[in-house]
Amino acid sequence: MTRYIIKRLLSLVASLLAASLVIFAVIEVIPGDPAAYMLGMNAAPDTVAALRESLGLNVSLPVRYANWLAGMVTGDFGISYTYKVPVADLVQARLLISLPLAGLALLLSTLIAVPVGLLAASRRGRWPDYAVMGGTQLGIAVPNFWFAMLLVLAFALNWRILPAGGFPGWSDPLMAVRALVLPSVALALPQAAILARVLRSALIETLGQDYIRTARAKGLTGSQALVRHALRNAMIPVLTILGMQFSFLLAGAIIIENVFYIPGLGRLIFQAITQRDLIVVESVVMILVFAVILVTFLTDLAYAAVDPRLRTRG
Amino acid sequence: MKPGLAIGALLAGVALIAALVSLVWTPYDVTALAISQKLQTPSAVHWFGTDHFGRDIGAMLMVGARTSLAVALVAVGIGMGLGVPLGLLAAARPGWADELTMRGNDLIFAFPSLVIAILITAVFGPSAINAIIAIGIFNIPVFARVTRAGALSLWTLDYIRAAQVAGKGRARISVEHIVPNIANLLIVQGTIQFSLGILAEAGLSYVGLGAQPPLPSWGRMLAEAQTMVTLAPHVAIFPGLAIVATVLGLNLLGDGLRDALDPRLRRER
Repeated sequence: MTRYIIKRLLSLVASLLAASLVIFAVIEVIPGDPAAYMLGMNAAPDTVAALRESLGLNVSLPVRYANWLAGMVTGDFGISYTYKVPVADLVQARLLISLPLAGLALLLSTLIAVPVGLLAASRRGRWPDYAVMGGTQLGIAVPNFWFAMLLVLAFALNWRILPAGGFPGWSDPLMAVRALVLPSVALALPQAAILARVLRSALIETLGQDYIRTARAKGLTGSQALVRHALRNAMIPVLTILGMQFSFLLAGAIIIENVFYIPGLGRLIFQAITQRDLIVVESVVMILVFAVILVTFLTDLAYAAVDPRLRTRG
Repeated sequence: MKPGLAIGALLAGVALIAALVSLVWTPYDVTALAISQKLQTPSAVHWFGTDHFGRDIGAMLMVGARTSLAVALVAVGIGMGLGVPLGLLAAARPGWADELTMRGNDLIFAFPSLVIAILITAVFGPSAINAIIAIGIFNIPVFARVTRAGALSLWTLDYIRAAQVAGKGRARISVEHIVPNIANLLIVQGTIQFSLGILAEAGLSYVGLGAQPPLPSWGRMLAEAQTMVTLAPHVAIFPGLAIVATVLGLNLLGDGLRDALDPRLRRER
């Protein structure tokens, strides 16, 4: 297992380095002079020179890349050109909103998908199964931001049960969670539809295995065998999907934040794009990509923990 | 024909026909503004009502279908055009070529299409073309993986060995024997990526990274509708329904095609 972890860790570092090179190349090399790009066409030459100086652009490209990497590792992401504050502070404040949002959505989608998947698998070929399959087919097709708008229309504007948008901050945790309810439901439902379908087919496959017949022969009821034996084995493909879907969840969160005017990473990055604040864009993109690579790594480790056979393979 | 396949073909067909017809005819001009007609609810004159500029929503949905389908189709083309050769190469040359292609794929997988779009837009500005590139790049590793997996299982078969013994090169075998035998896989994956592409285009246009005004797009129609959703809910309902119907149709079509084209691929669903 140790050898497996070391091998995976090395590949994690390699992926991060490769990803950072790509991001650096797109943001800092393609525009030519990032300082001139950020200030726009009418900037005075001495303003551009001053910005070049403060961004540390007056050294060779490899040195700049090395400086940027070193900064990332030590938590120094540079200074935001528009906000005039360290990018790390900006990002940290936004992460405290975006991460709970994504986490809440992940939790909700699992809480919905597991019982629904179990129901469909245990009533296979009967009406609850057809209802679940039809409903989830629809759930996959619904764009989450449109679903979010419908939720706002119903729960915030029509029935006035929940806030339509904004985020009051964590000083009042109850209000903060209330503000995150609709966004996380909007994020979770399409996700839950996919998960429920995967869980259902994984369960149906495990239900055909010999050990389930043994469990039934021992006297377990169908649902006991399903929950105690089949569910655990069916979790491997579910774990895969959870890991793979994380990047969609993250991207989804960025879009959903715009529906609800939630000041998270998503809002930050779109404001940074319109204000041409390349340093912020570069940092946030690196953090997003880092998150995806890290989750892939953790999923790999989780597999190996669940299924020892995978440790010996690459 | 299975009911799923029929419904799928019908829904996707409606979107396709709307997009094609919009090339030669729309009930109203989508660029003409008529403020006096703004935010009308559906009626005999405007079947789907009008938006805040008085534009006919039905006409905009038709042109939006064209934008969505074109973006998703070209993105699938990019993914297939680059991903399939890479997958074939990886399968035909185990060792460094395989390793390099697959690690490259892993790297692209770390960049969700939204993040690629953000990167491109930050430097080049937003446009429908950038949306196509972003979704297309994201499609490359998907097709490379499907192709590689399908091709690897074929390389072990006797008739491929026979072709090798007969003196055919790996490239020629890939094109003449592997591709025709994984075509079904690619068609099914293509349908899935096509529907994902429509969702992605809608999302990108919604946040302003895709199609720019005045080009109508379902995602941007929703973005513009957001502030008027209380005044005129229909402005937000119809573009969303158009997306759902098209994506649902393509997904059903993909499932149906998989079952129809290759019974071996039929999974328990």
